[in-house]
Amino acid sequence: MAVALILVLVVLGSILFHILSPWWWTPIASNWNYIDHTLVITFWITGAVFTAVVLFMAFCVFRFRHRKGAKAAYQPENKRLEWWLTVVTAVGVAAMLAPGLYVWAQFITVPEDASEVEVVGQQWQWSYRLPGEDGRFGRADNRLVTFENPLGLDPEDPAGQDDIIIEAADLHLPVDRPVKMLLRSIDVLHDFYVPEFRAKMDMVPGMVTYFWFTPTRTGTFEVLCAELCGTGHGYMRGTVVVDTQEDFEGWLAGQSTFAQLLAPTRLGAAGP
Amino acid sequence: MSAVLVFLAVVIGFSFWWLYHQKVMEKPWLERGVHTALPETDVSGMPTAKIALAVFLAVVGSLFALFASAYFMRMNYADWQAPPMPRLLWLNTGVLVMASVALSCAVRAARDGQRALVRLGLAAAGLASLVFLAGQLFAWHSLAAAGHYLDVNPANGFFYLLTGVHGLHILGGLVALARSMGRAWTREVPAERLRLGVELCAAYWHFLLFVWLGILVLLAGWAGDLIALCRQILA
Amino acid sequence: MVDATPRSHRDVPPAEVPEVELYHPRSWWTTYVFSQDAKVIAIQYAGTAIAIGLVALVLSWLMRLQLGFPGTFDFITPEAYYQFITMHGMIMVIYLLTAIFLGGFGNYLIPLMVGARDMVFPYVNMLSYWVYLLAVVVLAASFFAPGGPTGAGWTLYPPQAILSGTPGGNDWGIILMLVSLILFIIGFTMGGLNYVITVIQGRTRGMTLMRMPLTVWGIFTATVMALFAFPALFVACVMMLFDRLLGTSFFMPALVEMGELLRYGGGSPILFQHLFWFFGHPEVYIVALPAFGIVSDLISTHARKNIFGYRMMVWAIVIIGALSFVVWAHHMYVSGMHPWFGFFFATTTLIIAVPTAIKVYNWVLTLWRGDIHLTLPMLFALAFIVTFVNGGLTGLFLGNVVVDVPLSDTMFVVAHFHMVMGVAPILVIFGAIYHWYPKITGRMLDERMGQFHFWVTFIGAYAIFFPMHYVGLVGVPRRYPEIGAEAFMTAPVGGLNAFISVAAFVVGFAQMVFLFNLLWSLRHGREAGSNPWRATTLEWQTPTTPPPHGNWGEERPLVYRWAYDYSVPGAPQDFIAQNDPWPDRPARRP
Repeated sequence: MAVALILVLVVLGSILFHILSPWWWTPIASNWNYIDHTLVITFWITGAVFTAVVLFMAFCVFRFRHRKGAKAAYQPENKRLEWWLTVVTAVGVAAMLAPGLYVWAQFITVPEDASEVEVVGQQWQWSYRLPGEDGRFGRADNRLVTFENPLGLDPEDPAGQDDIIIEAADLHLPVDRPVKMLLRSIDVLHDFYVPEFRAKMDMVPGMVTYFWFTPTRTGTFEVLCAELCGTGHGYMRGTVVVDTQEDFEGWLAGQSTFAQLLAPTRLGAAGP
Repeated sequence: MSAVLVFLAVVIGFSFWWLYHQKVMEKPWLERGVHTALPETDVSGMPTAKIALAVFLAVVGSLFALFASAYFMRMNYADWQAPPMPRLLWLNTGVLVMASVALSCAVRAARDGQRALVRLGLAAAGLASLVFLAGQLFAWHSLAAAGHYLDVNPANGFFYLLTGVHGLHILGGLVALARSMGRAWTREVPAERLRLGVELCAAYWHFLLFVWLGILVLLAGWAGDLIALCRQILA
Repeated sequence: MVDATPRSHRDVPPAEVPEVELYHPRSWWTTYVFSQDAKVIAIQYAGTAIAIGLVALVLSWLMRLQLGFPGTFDFITPEAYYQFITMHGMIMVIYLLTAIFLGGFGNYLIPLMVGARDMVFPYVNMLSYWVYLLAVVVLAASFFAPGGPTGAGWTLYPPQAILSGTPGGNDWGIILMLVSLILFIIGFTMGGLNYVITVIQGRTRGMTLMRMPLTVWGIFTATVMALFAFPALFVACVMMLFDRLLGTSFFMPALVEMGELLRYGGGSPILFQHLFWFFGHPEVYIVALPAFGIVSDLISTHARKNIFGYRMMVWAIVIIGALSFVVWAHHMYVSGMHPWFGFFFATTTLIIAVPTAIKVYNWVLTLWRGDIHLTLPMLFALAFIVTFVNGGLTGLFLGNVVVDVPLSDTMFVVAHFHMVMGVAPILVIFGAIYHWYPKITGRMLDERMGQFHFWVTFIGAYAIFFPMHYVGLVGVPRRYPEIGAEAFMTAPVGGLNAFISVAAFVVGFAQMVFLFNLLWSLRHGREAGSNPWRATTLEWQTPTTPPPHGNWGEERPLVYRWAYDYSVPGAPQDFIAQNDPWPDRPARRP
């Protein structure tokens, strides 16, 4: 009796917690509200199954608890029932999987007009690179990283000269313009994670990973690292500012290119 | 992970076949009495040790299939160079084949009850295996002398790793072989037990020879060519 | 009813019974320490696993201290915190759960349940335990090594696992961890071969595969999986050791650490992740399948009803075992692997939900029209279903590739896997201990302490991990030693974290009561008799309790029926033991 009651209370408590809890995902700031929709569908289906299974169990415990002289039924199996349950489960699973795969196809298909931004992670800070006026990134390699060249760009590559380097500072993005984030790491695994954007991806040294999204509202958002990267992992923060187009251009004008960053060293090298 | 997936597909296929023959589709609650799955007894008539060796070899096989998978995956990266192949390896292969042949002879002799021949076969196999191990060590030595160190290239790393793991398995096998030799030289051991030991050793050696040939194919780059060919056919 | 006994086998010759004399131990040492008796080895395995598990429990307290009350305890630096989570995770998954289910329950139950006298290779079985103990000692030694244990997270992802930015990365910590894992795998393979071959070859007359209890099916399938999954971890560990000690670049790309270009180059961290999860995902089921099997038997026995859909249950175990080898990359959706893999692995992952769901349905349908005795094992089984359904369903979030993107690497993941492969299997372990303790010791565990232990553990564990999902939904990443009230949070999580921590301390305390009960009941527990639960399976039919080495006295039992003949219409009792020939007379032995 008490056991059945507590099982019911566990279900009720879980549902109440879900409804009343102030802890929920942060308001979205990107185009990935499809992901939120899929999540909500999944919540409904799984919540219903959890409630049904535990309440059924509570009912069984209440109704068929041991009484003197009671005897259990003898029923090895029931093919029809088992097949029905299998089919219903398969349908429920498909109802979650189908929208999930549909949205995943969108997630991995980068629109043609997306602008590219490179994020470079290192223990324990974020740096960025924009392609500059020519719209192309210059070649980069971890072997070329030095104090003066923190992102490891190839000084010989002409495409890299106008690349805009933002070392350990805020990144600005224009609102409502799709952007492909190219992710690179200097040392260990990191993961570029802005909760409001929903999307995230590991950054792996030795390769370039990516994801894309469209910022849908202006504001300042915090960047967190979501892949364990050593003792500073929890403190590896950054800031992304989503601007209107005008503000973005104003900010962009104030940034230095790779050639400008390298210039002082060149002067120094030319000196006596 | 293709290599290990193919390997496991075979293992799973075999397991399902075995399970199917164990009447897993029957309704057990409808049967009573000392039901027997096989005509005479519930468990198969094969010696337990043989089944155990088969399962163990399947596990060892998955280990090497995983190494092969890792090899194929690492191969796709830009810094890969073909591993060095010292000529000596071909000689070593020949020696390992001789060990297998000697054990095959020992099995035949054990079945015929010719104990002297069994002793000869076991001793020859043990000697050949030791020569093989010495040869592998010498191959390492000559590679290192030529500057092909472990950390120069990933392929070198795999060379030392794969030959090393294979050599350790031979070394483990030599322990079992020594026990069988002990039996062969002890008069009181019944022929039946001696035969089982010799057969187990032979199976293990054949398997390790097979693994070694697989490693050779991998290191010589034929496996890569084969996969490229398959890709072309598929595309 | 079909009489399965062929006419010519009416007078069944006894199975080839090895000399009972073989099983008489010779000295105190060979009886209790270097014993080859699977039951003693089982207790050694379980005792060692619980001992190292207590270390993991203390570590979890320490990290909950930090998470619940950040900044209060100065000795918990980020380095220490990462060492705590790493060792906690590794101990729980490998050295406690895997070892206790396969080495503990597998060793104790398989020979008894299939009617064998012992494992088929007792000497190898004994070696298995001693190698496992060595692995545990090496693991524990890393706490005392210079630099302390590794803090790379239990997934040990390179490159950071072997670099100086991670505790133990360029010290002894990671080396001892890898060596310990390699030893564990070698030891496990020795034991695992025994469990598998004993099921294949050691069964007594009449014990067909489909008459085996689901406990044996679960442990058997899990062991087969482990035999083929652990080599992947072995390969990963050996290759990482090479990278760390010999300077190869299997997993290590060119990288600049703290301004210095390291000598590595060209390797692939993703390769490690593939190998690790090729082991890591089957590992989840290696822990879950024995729990599935055991809980089936607990429910059936204590509801006095045959398990519903036995055949479906067996097939589901086998199919889950096979499928679990093709879902591994669902741990890697945001790892940077080729995105097309997402389609394949999301599909296989959600397909595996179907056989798992069938198992859940069959457990609750076994309760339907049963005669439910709310004993302690039954309570733990019910609690298992609640937590397993909860944790399994959140798995559908994480397995569905696009839903995983926002949730991966958040506390939601931590909550999910603790619920599904931490709390749920551990509740089964408790249930199983309450169930089989009378057979192991001859005495019952104390009921009142047990009730206290159950309710605090069940409600407390649920109160820890259910709200933790919401910490993850808010967006808090996992493996953060502290996080304040950040701008992205809809509500600060500090209070919730403190609540979870308090619940964790309470649940941990309840385990001390359980341990006390284990010791106290050895002397003071109620005498149990040989079959206190009136169960059908063979381990309850031994001539003496606790069973001695050799288990069966003069003759091994003959099996006449499947393991679930409860409440059979017309039978004199509500159970018929597997070796009970009712309604026939026993087969004559020549």
